[in-house]
Amino acid sequence: MSADTERLYESMMQSIVEGEPEDAERLAREALALGLDPLEAINRGFVRGINEVGARFGCGELFLPDLVRAGAAMKAATQILEAEMLKRGTARRAAGVIVLGTVKGDIHEIGKNLVGTLFTANGFRVHDLGVDVPYEQFAAKAAEFGADLVGVSALLTTTMVGQRRVMEALEAAGLRGRVKVLVGGAPVTREWAREIGADGYSEDAAGAVAVARQLLSAHP
Amino acid sequence: MPIASIEDPKLSLNILTPDEVRRLHTATLDVIASVGVRFPSARALDILEAHGAAVDRATQIARIPGHVVEEALAKAPPAYSLAALDPALDLPLDGRHSHLGTDGCGVEVLDAFTGERRRSTLQDVSDAARVADALDAIAFHWTPVSAQDCPPESRSLHELLAIWEVSRKHVQTESIVTVPEARAAVEMAAALAGGRAELRRRPVLSIMQCTLSPLAHDGGSLEAGLVAAEAGLPVGYMTMASCASTGPATLAGNLVVGNAEVISALALMQMAHPGCPVYYAAAQTAMDLRTGAYTGGGPEDYLFGAATNRLADFYNVPLSMGAFATGAKEPGWQSAVDNAFSAFMAVSTGADMLLGAGLLYGSRILSYEMLVMDAEIWSLVRAMHRGIVVDDETLALDAIRAVGPGGNFLAHKHTKKHMRALWLPTLMDRRPYGVWEEKRDGAREWAREKAQALLRAHHPAPLDPRLAAELRRIIATLEQTAPAPA
Repeated sequence: MSADTERLYESMMQSIVEGEPEDAERLAREALALGLDPLEAINRGFVRGINEVGARFGCGELFLPDLVRAGAAMKAATQILEAEMLKRGTARRAAGVIVLGTVKGDIHEIGKNLVGTLFTANGFRVHDLGVDVPYEQFAAKAAEFGADLVGVSALLTTTMVGQRRVMEALEAAGLRGRVKVLVGGAPVTREWAREIGADGYSEDAAGAVAVARQLLSAHP
Repeated sequence: MPIASIEDPKLSLNILTPDEVRRLHTATLDVIASVGVRFPSARALDILEAHGAAVDRATQIARIPGHVVEEALAKAPPAYSLAALDPALDLPLDGRHSHLGTDGCGVEVLDAFTGERRRSTLQDVSDAARVADALDAIAFHWTPVSAQDCPPESRSLHELLAIWEVSRKHVQTESIVTVPEARAAVEMAAALAGGRAELRRRPVLSIMQCTLSPLAHDGGSLEAGLVAAEAGLPVGYMTMASCASTGPATLAGNLVVGNAEVISALALMQMAHPGCPVYYAAAQTAMDLRTGAYTGGGPEDYLFGAATNRLADFYNVPLSMGAFATGAKEPGWQSAVDNAFSAFMAVSTGADMLLGAGLLYGSRILSYEMLVMDAEIWSLVRAMHRGIVVDDETLALDAIRAVGPGGNFLAHKHTKKHMRALWLPTLMDRRPYGVWEEKRDGAREWAREKAQALLRAHHPAPLDPRLAAELRRIIATLEQTAPAPA
């Protein structure tokens, strides 16, 4: 690999660490113009950035807004590169397919969006169903997208009970055997998650990614 | 037992200059007029449009000209009282008083007897209300925890009834977010007050709604608020915009976002029901940079509390503000720091209503120990705000002359006359070291004992059984007519 290519990969990594979507997008285009393999660019450039951000977040050097900006930069780069990969008939293997939404009756979306951003940044394919999502919709979309994991957010004590209904809908659709369920939201507790039979629970977005990884690695 | 509210505080704190308040106001009007605020309610959008707002039905965003907002806000009454079932417990919101309420709406309880953490139930609402009823620091109730054993569509009403059954203090509920619930709550309050006209005169219930930061409202909250405003119940909209997540990272920017939410909702209430009692409500904070969580507490919290007081003053409406908010998991150093500072800042800037006694972990967990400790913090803050009285009697020259150099004041008549005005703790440990060493107990144990004693012994006269039956009937009617959750 030439020193120029190495420098380019280095800049890619930096664009993620700095959380600059415009730089990331420009560098992705540059890589394609130079004829570099898009998957190589992702793995040797941008993914290193995400790993670096994760490590520095872990030791308290970077903060949550840094993670989100890094996620946005990652998305900007991968959109360009994955479009090219699609054209070539190659595809990046996703860490997992996730269907995400805020449950019916609840329109809070920030926490859910944050989780979605971090999942995307970490190589998961995320289908965000939005807010006020009917219980059955979680099951229908999980089936449609072949989801490995369904994430159900609820911010109200009155809508939190809807998480149980989603569990029931997944059960009714015969999906519980192959789809893991992650629940979250301010009123949600570990005990609640256990009670309704959810597979995972995290108090915050960064934790959700770790829990999902763990769940899916144990997945057959 | 009279309520220990704070009256005519002698301390005051400068937090924003009049010019800075004006700049916040101007920036807020600019945001409301140019960016707009989302009102996901056809009814709300109709009202706003009729009053001159530019309404986009697809996005549900209303852009309201500044003068329209100002004209609407000018109709809000500057002072009124929150009525209690016992008129002796009425709370004047007149700019001269600060009243403390409980916090809400928690989802778990640290059991007062076993210490076990568990999901909250209707019984917990009732128990917490009884303890709050017995504490003179607590002037009014919030729904302290969610009655998660009640059906969601009528839960807020069961919670209200549970409080009214054991306490005659004013109730401000933060958990009514649908029109059917709001209608039923008005009906229940009217039954207690003795009719709709009497309720308007003596609102025994006030309503708190949350905004949806940034710059949006919840449709149900808006319409429930309109129902309450029509009945003359005081209605407030609370912003919890958090620096760096639901608001800008800078404090001034976050105030602008929160202010736009609150005053746009209050203006809507005034457009619909001119002259209805409203209040500003705020519990702004900074997102925790590491977890993104709303935690409560911290210097930004305290500053926001103080600043929103100046904004509410500027709009000449009362303020109900989040204080006593802490991210602590159990009562201790963190909760004491948070709650002491936030209470002090709120009262020294003249907050009419302070919320927040008794909950931990970002208002998620009810702790009876914390509730009793918060009452003690309140008594401390109350004593501080009496300030220092300087007059002939307090200068004590006669006593000083009589005692002279080297004597002491222990037995002097002046001491006997005035010593009881000095603050005495019930939870601070001022015992000799040896006594402590032997027992190794302290505030938490004493607070727990007090809460346990109150839970065992404080059983206020129950609500008139006929009234209670009537309130139950109203709830049952709602449960029969409300569509079962799909």
